[in-house]
Formats: sequence, C-alpha cells, structure tokens
Amino acid sequence: ALCERDKVKFTVHTKTTLSSFQKPEYSVQRQHEDFIWLHDTIVETEEYAGLIIPPAPPKPDFEGPREKMHKLGEGESSMTKEEYAKMKQELEAEYLAVFKKTVQVHEVFLQRLSSHPMFRKDRNFQIFLEYDQDLTVRRKNAKEMFGGFFKNMVKSADEVLISGVKEVDEFFEQEKNFLLDYSSKIKDATAKAEKMTRSHKNVADDYNHISGALNNIAADNNTAFKKHLEKCAEVFEKLRKVEDRMASDQELKLTELLRYYTRDIQAAKDLLYRRARALADYENSNKALDKARLKGKDVAQAEENQKQCLQKFDKLSESGKKELTSFKARRVVAFRKNLIEMTELEIKHAKVRRLKCYVYHYMFIRQCSGILI
Amino acid sequence: MSEERDPAALEAEDDLFVSAMESPEAARLSAEDISPSSNGPKAEPVLLDDDPDDPDDLFAEIDEDEEESRDTFDIQISVSDPEKVGDGMNAYMVYKVLTKTSLSIFSRDEVCVKRRFSDFLGLHSKLASKYMHMGYIVPPAPEKSIVGMTKVKVGKEDLSSVEFVEKRRSALERYLLRTVKHPALLKDPDVLQFLESSELPRAVSTQALSGAGILRMVNKAADAVNKMTIKMNESDAWFEEKQQQFDNLDVQLRKLHASVESLVCHRRELSVNTASFAKSAAMLGNSEDHTALSRALSQLAEVEEKIDQLHQDQACADFYLISELLGDYVRLITAVKGVFDQRMKTWAKCQDAQVMLQRKREAEAKLQHANKPDKLQQAKDEIREWEGKVQQGERDFEQISKNIRREVGRFEKDRVKDFRVVIIKYLESLVHTQQQLIKYWEAFLPEAKAIA
Repeated sequence: ALCERDKVKFTVHTKTTLSSFQKPEYSVQRQHEDFIWLHDTIVETEEYAGLIIPPAPPKPDFEGPREKMHKLGEGESSMTKEEYAKMKQELEAEYLAVFKKTVQVHEVFLQRLSSHPMFRKDRNFQIFLEYDQDLTVRRKNAKEMFGGFFKNMVKSADEVLISGVKEVDEFFEQEKNFLLDYSSKIKDATAKAEKMTRSHKNVADDYNHISGALNNIAADNNTAFKKHLEKCAEVFEKLRKVEDRMASDQELKLTELLRYYTRDIQAAKDLLYRRARALADYENSNKALDKARLKGKDVAQAEENQKQCLQKFDKLSESGKKELTSFKARRVVAFRKNLIEMTELEIKHAKVRRLKCYVYHYMFIRQCSGILI
Repeated sequence: MSEERDPAALEAEDDLFVSAMESPEAARLSAEDISPSSNGPKAEPVLLDDDPDDPDDLFAEIDEDEEESRDTFDIQISVSDPEKVGDGMNAYMVYKVLTKTSLSIFSRDEVCVKRRFSDFLGLHSKLASKYMHMGYIVPPAPEKSIVGMTKVKVGKEDLSSVEFVEKRRSALERYLLRTVKHPALLKDPDVLQFLESSELPRAVSTQALSGAGILRMVNKAADAVNKMTIKMNESDAWFEEKQQQFDNLDVQLRKLHASVESLVCHRRELSVNTASFAKSAAMLGNSEDHTALSRALSQLAEVEEKIDQLHQDQACADFYLISELLGDYVRLITAVKGVFDQRMKTWAKCQDAQVMLQRKREAEAKLQHANKPDKLQQAKDEIREWEGKVQQGERDFEQISKNIRREVGRFEKDRVKDFRVVIIKYLESLVHTQQQLIKYWEAFLPEAKAIA
C-alpha cells in the first residue's frame, strides 16, 4: 500500500494461470472505495444469493496516529530533542501498524474472492484486477446510501421474522440457532479483546514516561547514581518496546481475528436471511396458487411463480449448506492458525522480557557487590 | 508476518549482546576502584570532593561514622498485626511493633510493643523539634488520611479499607527502619522509649485540630513568608549547588512518582480487562459447536484468567516496591529542603545578632559622650551579651552547615542503596511474572495445536 496525502492507494498485484485473464500478471492501483464497490456489486448479484459473501474490508483508520501527530506538532516547542525524536519514532511505528492491519484485511478480502470457484469468475472481479486505469467508480449518492440504510433496517426486522419462520430442515435449524448465539458472543469477545489490547498499550506508554523521567533525574546527577538511573531508564525503555510489540501482535492475531469473524458471521447470517426470504416467498406463492385455483383465474401464472420460487429456494438451500459447512471448516482453521501464532509470539516475547530482566538484574547485583560490602 | 518479526528479534538479541559486553567493563571498573580506598578512612571525612568522578564520591565517605554504622547496624523492626480497638468514630488501629536487636543500648534482645498511629506521629514531632534545627534530616512520618481512616473506623471490611491498612502498616515499618538507620536518632531516648516501653503517654498534640496542631499550621505559614524575605548571601558553592539539585530533584521525583502511579493504575485496568475477556472467551467457547475449538477457547479463557491474576500481583509489586518508596522519597526531599531552610534561619539569626551588636556598639559610643555612667555600664554589658550571641550564632551556623554536609552525604549514599535494593527486587518480580506467563502459554500451545 502507498499513502498519498489523504487517500490510501493500494497496489494490487495478481498472478494467475486462468485462461479468462488476458495476461499472467497484473499490477493496478486501487482505493478503498473501489473495494467497497466490488463488494456491493457482488452482494447485489442475484446469482450469488446462495453464497456467503466475504465481508468488505473496513475503512483504513488513521485516527490514532493522526491525533498523535497533531500532539507532536503542538508540543514540539516544549519538548527536548530526545523526547521529540522518540515520539516521532513511536508515531512512525503506529502508522506502520495501522498500515499492516489495513493491508492485511484488504488482501484477505481479495484472496477470499479468488479462492472461491464462483467468485473468481465474476466479471467485475476481473475488471477490478485487470483494468489498468483508475476505476472512477460512481460513489454512492445520498439516495442510494439512504436506500441501503433502509434496506438494512428492513433486514433487521426480517431477522426477527426469520427466527419465527418454521424451519423444516434440521441442518438449517441448527445453523440458525448457532449463528444467532455465536454472533452476539463473538461481538462481545471482540470488544473485550480490544479493551485488553488498549490496556497493554497504556502500560507500554507508562514505561515510556518512567524511562523519560529517570533520564531527567539522571541528567541532574553527576555521581555513580547517574549510571544506575540511566541503566534503569534503559530497562524500562526495553520493557516498553517488548510490551508494545506484544500488544500489536495480540491485536493482529487475536483482536483482528475476532473482528474479522464477527463480520464473517454476519455474512453467513445474511445468507440465512436470504434463504428465509426465499422460503417466505415460496410459502406466499403457494398461498397465491391456492387462491388462484379457488378463483379459477391466472392459475398457470401462479403455478409458474410457485415453481420458480421453489427452484430458487432449493438452489439457495443446496448452496447454502455447502457454504455453511465450508465456513465452519474455514473458521476452525483460521482460529487454530491464529491461536497458535499468538501463543508462540506470547511465549517468545515473555522469554525476551525474562532474559532482559535477568540480564539487568545480574548487572545490578554485580555492580552492587562490587561496591557495597 | 513472520519474516517481519525476525529482523526485529535479531535487533533485540543484538541489544542483549551489547549490554552483556558492557557489564564486564562496569564490573572491572568497580573492582579496580576498591583497591586505592582500602588504605583506610581518609583524614578529613567531611570535606567532600567536588570531583564528579563516581568512585571518589562514594568512597570518600568511608569515615568513622560509616564504620560505626556498619558495625552497629544490627537491628530489625517489623510492624504487624493491625488490630482494631474500640468502635465507631473513637476506634483506632493498633499495630504490633517487634524489635529484634543485639545492640547494647537496648535492654532486651527482643521487644514487642503495641502502638497506634498517633504514637508514631508523636515520635516524629518530638524528633523534628529536637534535631531539625541542628541540620539533621529527620525522616518524615506517614501521612494522615481522614477518608481512609474513617472507612476503617466505620467498620467497612471491604477491599479498599484492607488495602488502606496494609498500605499504612507498610509505611509505618519503613518509617521506623529509616529512623533507626540514622546513627544519632537511634540513640535518642524518645526512640528507645517508643520501641521498648509498654506504655506510652498519648500524643494528643498530633491531632490536626488541637491547639498544637493549629500552632503548627501558623508556624508553617510564618516560615513560608520568612523564606521569601530572607535573601541569604551564599558564600559556599556546595550549598548553592545542592540546594539547586534538591529543588530539581523534587520536581523530577514528583513526575516520576506520578508516572509510576499511572503504571499501577493501568496495570490494574489491564487485569480487569483481561478477566472480562476471559469470561467472554469462555462464553464464546460454550457457544462454539466445533468440539476441539470449543475446548481450546475454554482453555484460552482459563489461561487469561490466570494471567489476570498475574497482572494483579504485578500491580501490587509495582505499587509497594516502587510507588510507595517514591512517595517516601518525595516527602524525604521535603525534609531535606526543610533542613536547608533551617540553615538559612540560623544564618538570619546570626545576621540579626550582628545587627543588634552593631546597634549596641553605636548606642555605647553615643553614651560615651553623654556622661551617664550606669547606663554606660549597662550598654557595655549588653555589648558583651550580644558579642556572645554573635559568637554562638556563628558557631551554630558552622555546626549546622557541617551537619548538613554529613547528612546530605549519608542521604545520597542511602538512596543509592535503597534504589539498588528496589530495582533488584523489581526485576526479580518481573522475571517471576515472565516465568509464569511462559508456563501458562506453553501449556496452552498443545491445546491450540490440537484443534483439528
């Protein structure tokens, strides 16, 4: 990804052996809004109603680093040169972390599409990857945005309907219950994980301040004490670095995982919703057919309508089952990978911390016994 | 992702190697420096070198005082078993003070007495009035806390009042230890009486709203005004430099203390958030229908719960080891500055005496011409009186200056000792925490790998 002033531009690099593509390799520049356009067109495609549509990547959020940059600019006159350099370093690290996060999440979105047998053939997806000019996509105007919002509201009302609709298929009944429950739990877990990560960052910040304060005191002293203080400041500085890295790792592996699957669960729920809608339509068409038969009017039309509704419902059920099963497998694999990686990183960081503390401890003890009796 | 981690890890290891190589240097340096000073105590113990080289500053102080305190420093004091006596607003906490020692000034090897908080305050106030004006740094007593104490009195057995009592007990123990570390204070009869005698007259004058309390407040205000008006002619560069250093240290130390308090607070927050995440993860595990993943999530929840406890313990360590000690030092610095102020007051008194003497001399000179023999005699007597006062004032000033130099030297050495002890203990606690973390996560790893 590249940053150009306000807009973040992503460089999408594609390598392919598919015959549908014109060249084996592509490299194009895309903006976040282009990803959203792609996602929305896929959602609106009727054909994909029976598939779990990969959730759209969230907007890149540089609010945190931007705030810090502001503070840095304001406080520049009141800080020492060292403090300023340190803060700038921190700022750059934070920017980098946000970059990594947002690149990852956009990449995963595209990878999901390209690994799915149906999505990878999608015409718009191809355009997205191939077209070497700017996709000056029509931004959603106000009416469309409002329409989308309204649609979401209707959907939530329908969700209540879904839970009420009588389910004939055992598989879908189970899935529905599971998804509804899991979705609220995972949302909660995501929020708590975010708070936990925030606290880790606060502790790292405190280590930073302590280190700075110790250095300030050391600057005033010109005795052996000064060396001790400076060493001590070093300890806290190193602790801070490790704590910071650990907080970012935890965020990437745990919090981001939970965030992603919260969105994915929502996509699965959307699939269920669409199927329930189709079921409701089918039941309505049945009622309409009965009415038509009673009245003796438009029977053929009603029969045709009913047939179509049934077809749609069956198709959704069939692909839905496949999708939900592979979704579970996908989820388990992702959790496993991330939990393992997170645990390994935790262990690594704890070992590093332990080693550093031990080394400094040893140093202090040796200095002690060298002077005291 | 993993590729990006490695260079960072390598950098970490490089740092370690660099540091490890530095330490043999440091150790060698200290070893070399011991040899020249082991030739015995220097002749002029009080004259501190203005040499900024660290070994000299520390070893210059191997004088008689130091050897004496090293030989006689065999006293252990513990403050324990807080007990509540009485009920309602008249209730108070009583602490057991146990002294174990082999020093001869004590009548027994082991003494155990019961004291309450106002007894400690009473001791401090007596010591301060006896020694501060001589330039001795009297360790300050722990602070009063009306809110904290009221909760305890009212009988709330909740976590915060238990913490409060523990905080106070620990502070009282540190106070006594610091007091007896001072060679002069250790021999003071009030201190001995405090540690040994079973009954102690109730120190009523320590109450804030008593007559004595109000008098104290008035005196404090008067002192503050005086300080502003006295413009001392500092002839001694050492004092000027030290005064400046202590003023700076005061500011810096308060900032450091605030940062550490923030650390304690955030670590407690971290512990709370970890616990709440653990619960949430457990619920997620319950909801998960894939058995192995469900189990792994429950295990994760358990690990996080244990970690939450770890964080709590670490926060405690942060607090008691560092934060409280820093608080003590902030108050101690105030006492040091107070002692410098006393010196200023002594100087002012000396100056005033000189001014009076001058006046008396002028008066006598005038009387010489006025021919009043009895008044003349009186004037001559007064002159002698004030000459005596001036001499006394100058002696006092020299004495307090000498005392302060010695006290500051002792203070600077003590703080290095304190600092070392604290940092070593703190690092030990951190190492321990990391060991536990490693243990927990290594136990969890196979669970995570078992997800199939």
